[in-house]
Amino acid sequence: MADASIGLWTVPLAVLGGAIRVSTPFLFVSLGECITERSGRINLGLEGTLVMGAMSAYGISYLTGSPWLGVLAAGITGALLGALHAGICSLPRVNDVAVGIALMLFGIGLAFFLGKPLIEPTAPRLPAIDFGWWSDIPQVRAALRINVLFLIGVAIAPILYWAFKTTRWGLLIRTAGESSDAARAMGHSVLLIRLRATMVGGFLAGIGGSFLSLFYPGSWNEGLSSGQGITAVALVIFARWDPLLCLWASLAFGGAAALGPALQSVGVTSGYHLFNAAPYILTLAIMIITCSPKRTLTGAPAELSITR
Amino acid sequence: MDFSRISRRHLLQGGAALALGGTLGARTAQAAETTIGFIYVGSRDDYGYNQAHAQGAAALKKLPGIKVVEEEKVPETDAVEKTIESMINLDGATLLFPTSFGYFSPHMVKMATKYPKVLFEHCGGLWTDKDPKNAGSYFGYIDEAQFISGIVAGHSTKSGKLGFVAAKPIPQVLRNINAFTLGARLANPKATTQVIFTGDWSMPVKEAEATNSLIDQGVDVLTCHVDGPKTMVENAARRGAFVCGYHVNQSPLAPKAYLTGAEWNWEALYPKFVKMATSDESIPNFYRGGLKEEIVKCSPYGEAVSAEARKHADEMKAKLVAGEYTIFKGPILDNKGKTVIATGVDRGQKDPELEKMDYLIEGVIGATS
Repeated sequence: MADASIGLWTVPLAVLGGAIRVSTPFLFVSLGECITERSGRINLGLEGTLVMGAMSAYGISYLTGSPWLGVLAAGITGALLGALHAGICSLPRVNDVAVGIALMLFGIGLAFFLGKPLIEPTAPRLPAIDFGWWSDIPQVRAALRINVLFLIGVAIAPILYWAFKTTRWGLLIRTAGESSDAARAMGHSVLLIRLRATMVGGFLAGIGGSFLSLFYPGSWNEGLSSGQGITAVALVIFARWDPLLCLWASLAFGGAAALGPALQSVGVTSGYHLFNAAPYILTLAIMIITCSPKRTLTGAPAELSITR
Repeated sequence: MDFSRISRRHLLQGGAALALGGTLGARTAQAAETTIGFIYVGSRDDYGYNQAHAQGAAALKKLPGIKVVEEEKVPETDAVEKTIESMINLDGATLLFPTSFGYFSPHMVKMATKYPKVLFEHCGGLWTDKDPKNAGSYFGYIDEAQFISGIVAGHSTKSGKLGFVAAKPIPQVLRNINAFTLGARLANPKATTQVIFTGDWSMPVKEAEATNSLIDQGVDVLTCHVDGPKTMVENAARRGAFVCGYHVNQSPLAPKAYLTGAEWNWEALYPKFVKMATSDESIPNFYRGGLKEEIVKCSPYGEAVSAEARKHADEMKAKLVAGEYTIFKGPILDNKGKTVIATGVDRGQKDPELEKMDYLIEGVIGATS
């Protein structure tokens, strides 16, 4: 019809663009949670960490004028929340799932409370790198405006995979997750390993939050996360605690989230509620296909409270 | 076992009551002033619906002898009843503005029956004769301002494609979409409005995705009907598209891209209400109005709006204010080709049929389900 339109190509392009734009928080939270769970603990509080990260990144970026300081602040906030989770969980007879839920509510509540004055101001955003320079089509260029955080996340996934497999630290984390007795027999403090793993997990989740407020959608408000942190935690389970699969799962989720609006924009208007629910349907489908009552999940760390 | 559980609960309740009592001393009402309570469902500075009301409340704070108490993020459950009771009993409020749609029935109606001396003014509800006399409802025909936005958008678009990021297909939202489209087609008969429903009032990621998909389709002017237009405005401006705002003036967010917008004008209405309430003249139980009654207004034009667009929009605005123009005037077809308003039928501002709108008119690309 019009010159600037690319018609049905919008859909695959939006799914690609969405996979890049929307997936980053999923990616960071799921990689963080992957580390934590591999050490034998579940931190459900990452939803709260994500929201706190988003809020503190926006606040620091606004106050200092530097979005990168904001990202750092988000990471530190996340690490502190992770330390809180690990600290409480190292007390005897404490359930990590329950603590996680409490910390999720705490993080969200605190972020809303402290973030009140931040809703109105506009903070400096993270820059994007233009990877679409080769294309004349503005839509392609827009889809390929990629944030550095996404690239960092994509790089972390294989590094983490390699680190779990071959480094001493990776082995220690896995040992703590598979058999705390073995780790103790080797002379390591399981609690200390888990503390560090949870802090690193929180750090990454906080950075995921900074992406939400400083890049896309790119401002702080209270509906910002709308459950993405929790979705990312679930994503780790169906990614089988494998960092590389976490990457693909995050991309698939990002793409699925873009599907609903993209289909409506090309005129597929019926059943948009169904397409909007696409990410959740995807989760359910994968869960149903891969779960079996006869065995525990393959790849699940044996020390996790859900598998024990 | 059961007994111990009950006693524990009682203990907790006792503790809560004590804590409440402790705060009592700090919140004594001043008798010489009129205290007015505002209750918001969301955050007061969301660049949207709640901020519009908060601006109205801020206008009241400037009046002498008026004290305003506010509470944000009160859910549409019996939580609002507790807020109302505490505003009445602890702050001494005599006029209350519960501003969210879901507060009306049963919560506000129940409270109005319980406190017959307190005035309740609800935004958006449908007050009927059966409801308490000390309660009332008011609302604005903001579709008139959307119609003006549509005219400006129709003049400003190069591709002829306009975009609308909407939350849910309810009559109010559909009326805004249709009025916007009618305005746009008045300026540019070939203009179309592409609608994307996000499914809920505040979905920032979906709103950003919707904005991007619309622009990918060649849309170059966007507007919205969601609780916080900030996401749409900022993301559209970043992609170089023009925007028309909603709820409040969002031009500080995107000064170059902002054309105009449909705004609530509570800061004009609320002082009127207070004047009526304090001068023993009663506030009408059912209060409605549009541009003429100054309940809604249009944002000042942005720098990108052409002289021709300004002239056309001002002209139509004057006609609406004078009551010489009907936006929903037959014949109007829906986007499936069915006649929804027959030739010769004028559906004026106050026509109750318009409040039941369940269709998208010709020129709108999208579906209500």
